Amino acid sequence: MSGDSRLLGFWYVLPYLIGLLVFTAIPFLGSLYLSFTDYRLMHDIDFVGLQNYIDILTSDRTFTRSFNVTMLFVALTVPLKLAFALFIASILNSKLKGIGLFRTAYYVPSILGGSIAVAVLWRYMFADVGMINMLLTGLGFNAINWFGNPGTALFTITILRLWQFGSAMVIFLAALQSIDKSLYEAAAIDGAKPWRAFFAVTLPLLTPVIFFNLIMQMVQAFQEFNGPYVITGGGPLKSTYLLPLYIYEMAFKKFDMGYASAIAWVLFAVIMVLTLIAFWSSKYWVYYAGDKRS
Amino acid sequence: MSDSIIHSDEKILEEAEQYLAAQKRRQNITLVIRYTILTVVGLIMLYPLFWLIGASFMTNEEIFGGVGFMPANPVMDGYIEGWQTSTPYTFGRFFWNTFLIIAPKTICTVISCTVVAYGFARFDFPGKKILFAAVIGTLLLPNVVTRIPQYMLFNELGWLDSYLPLWVPSAFAGDAFFVFLLLQFLRSIPRDMEEAARVDGANSFQTLIYVVVPMLVPAMISVGLFQFMWSMDDFLGPLIYISSVEKFPVSLALKLSIDTAESFEWNRILAMSVLTLLPSLVVFFLSQKYFVEGISAGGVKG
Repeated sequence: MSGDSRLLGFWYVLPYLIGLLVFTAIPFLGSLYLSFTDYRLMHDIDFVGLQNYIDILTSDRTFTRSFNVTMLFVALTVPLKLAFALFIASILNSKLKGIGLFRTAYYVPSILGGSIAVAVLWRYMFADVGMINMLLTGLGFNAINWFGNPGTALFTITILRLWQFGSAMVIFLAALQSIDKSLYEAAAIDGAKPWRAFFAVTLPLLTPVIFFNLIMQMVQAFQEFNGPYVITGGGPLKSTYLLPLYIYEMAFKKFDMGYASAIAWVLFAVIMVLTLIAFWSSKYWVYYAGDKRS
Repeated sequence: MSDSIIHSDEKILEEAEQYLAAQKRRQNITLVIRYTILTVVGLIMLYPLFWLIGASFMTNEEIFGGVGFMPANPVMDGYIEGWQTSTPYTFGRFFWNTFLIIAPKTICTVISCTVVAYGFARFDFPGKKILFAAVIGTLLLPNVVTRIPQYMLFNELGWLDSYLPLWVPSAFAGDAFFVFLLLQFLRSIPRDMEEAARVDGANSFQTLIYVVVPMLVPAMISVGLFQFMWSMDDFLGPLIYISSVEKFPVSLALKLSIDTAESFEWNRILAMSVLTLLPSLVVFFLSQKYFVEGISAGGVKG
């Protein structure tokens, strides 16, 4: 194993390289090119320069609406989900009996939550005559027209994604359990109350995992499709018409591939910029153990 | 003098005991609070699933009659009528289609990702760093930006309305996440055995099959399970590529059922939803430890 062993490893990763080129890299550049064209499936490709982007950013009111709704959805869902996951993880992080049972119970929705069956369940739970409204009226509240109201329709999708906090929680829990217990003893000796210890010891040590979860959940939330497609159908008044839904209808209903690609690239640019901001800002708030900075 | 010292010692001891008792009491209170929160949140979380299962055994009148999840007189109507669907096919057909999509996809994923991860973990070759950067980069790449040209490619190849667009990318280690997961496991496995095998004259491929794979089996099972779950959940893929009802997987069949007149028959649709969730639930409970290991090792979406 000498001379040609330099290339041996290359043969093993060759399938990945081929897949990367054919199914990722070329489509990636392809959609960038398409975004500068007017192309409907089975028609000729016309190069139109920046026209799609100009239309999107200046005259497409559906885009503006869809963009705002998407930002609202992400801004609502991601922080709530992370906070909730961290809250439950820190409660679970102690020598409790039956911790395994709770962990399983909380993780099950994450296993199922992506399924269409659960989206269907949500649609029926929040329906006018659904279980949630019966519960509300039973408790003496007024029934809410969840899907008829722009304010509440988006919220049902947010609740569905919050319900799936399990995988973020399991990651937090693993990180919490790896924190050196002597740090808490030291904090207690210095007179720190539990809350103070949480903010002074736990939170800084968790920042790398918070950062990881933040990026993953954000990228995912921006691509939310099943929820609006099945639960609300994008309505009412396009109040749940998230960008992936708009892209899907543009591309696969109207077959306006050029324009749809341009919207996809705007969405991609938004995700990229926010990810880069997160990475850039991480040096101010993410603490890596063993790092000399304080 | 000595008296007062003894006296103050006793006092200190007493105070210490009081302090410890108070601390114990505080701990007990926190424990009660913790359990209360965990139980309440747990019940709220699981209630929709209990209701789903209960309601699937109810008549429609009973579903609209209250919020309870225990059916008064369990009936199988939802299952029997729902199974027939409003299409010419039964739900059995849609389950079979789902299996036809998922089985090859899962097997291809496990094999291709293992081979590729082995290449990354155990060899040096020109361009390795760039390629590995691509693995990490594609982890974060939103699919939305590659989907349209992929569709056009599969259209050119004449693969639309077949399962090929769903199978083929997985044969090329298409889910970089799994390569990454296996790589993490491989890095934690010592190389002694492999080196011994090489000294005994095994080539690198034999080493992979006879030495590495047996040690990697738990990780490969994790990968298979995740891919199984995610493919069960995959909706957009089949939605874009599969257009004839006879080829629909359960996810599309379920969506179809809420769009048709059947949508008034809640018990049928809820019953079929239960069946749709069942495979994932069963697999999850049979193999929990692999999941927890997998999530902790790689950090997982979901």
